[in-house]
Amino acid sequence: MRRLVLFIPLAIFLVLAVFFMRGLSLNPMERASTMIGQPLPEFSLKRLDAPHQVVTRDDLLGQVFLLNVWGSWCPSCYDEHEYIVAAAKAGVPVIGLNYKDTPEKAHEYLRKMGNPYQMNLQEPEGMRALAFDLGVYGAPETFLVDREGTIRYHLTGVVTETLLNETLLPEVRRWQKH
Amino acid sequence: MAKTLMGLCMGLLIVSMAHAAIEVFPFADDQQRDRFQHLTELLRCPKCQNQTIGGSNSPIAQDMREQLFTLLQQGHSDQEVIDYMKARFGDYVVYQPPMRKDTWVLWWLPPLALLAGAIIILGLVWHKRRQSNAAAEVTSSPHEAQRAARLQQVLDRYADDKDIPS
Repeated sequence: MRRLVLFIPLAIFLVLAVFFMRGLSLNPMERASTMIGQPLPEFSLKRLDAPHQVVTRDDLLGQVFLLNVWGSWCPSCYDEHEYIVAAAKAGVPVIGLNYKDTPEKAHEYLRKMGNPYQMNLQEPEGMRALAFDLGVYGAPETFLVDREGTIRYHLTGVVTETLLNETLLPEVRRWQKH
Repeated sequence: MAKTLMGLCMGLLIVSMAHAAIEVFPFADDQQRDRFQHLTELLRCPKCQNQTIGGSNSPIAQDMREQLFTLLQQGHSDQEVIDYMKARFGDYVVYQPPMRKDTWVLWWLPPLALLAGAIIILGLVWHKRRQSNAAAEVTSSPHEAQRAARLQQVLDRYADDKDIPS
């Protein structure tokens, strides 16, 4: 019995070691989204291809769609672009939110990379509108919005082939059936 | 030459860095400025690993400072500002974690560990004291007292007759 007491520090050490081992494999950039289950915030933003036209929240509702936050300044956006194109080809409506960009550079990006977007909204530098209200803190980020305008999925970071096929597309189908 | 150029580049770098951190906010009064500064130290930049929005130059930190200023101008309280940021960027945005079911370990483990430590130390002290009390009781038993008295007698006699051969 007295002997066993001596093993207590070892036991504590082992418990801590397991905790810290787990901590090593966690991604420190990962954040829990506050947006899941929340309504898409109200906004009124200019269209990129038709700047005289203002789009509001109500204009987007009625279909399940992906909202993709991007900018020509964002290197990872180039990486994920082919999968955004693939999502559009699979029949998923994708709305672009051109974030902290200029129309010239954004148009150049779309010319070069192809335009998978149903439409693009502009939130230039200095404006704190939809992206800010969605808690976007970088690009790319992707949201899944259902017919009623509730956010159902939120991805901070790059859409990969695996994420597209195993998460995004199945989620879209799921909410389309709802 | 290369050294001068390098120095110049470094100088420019420092100048541009210092420049980026300077923003001018037309505060209504000193109190509002103090509140602003306090809140920029309380709120954490969501893009950075461990920087306040006051200490970061990332675009999102800049946006958050500007929004913070706007909210203060609109007359929101500190708590309302914090809730506003939390609603958008999550609990990560404040350094103090919320008190919830899934965070209770975070809040209660340290005081519990402290309490456990205190109990163990008190237990050890109590144990030690009981041991030394028991030892003291042994020396103060009647038998032991008699022996001590006899020893004292022998010593006293020895002190009186120094000429007794040993």
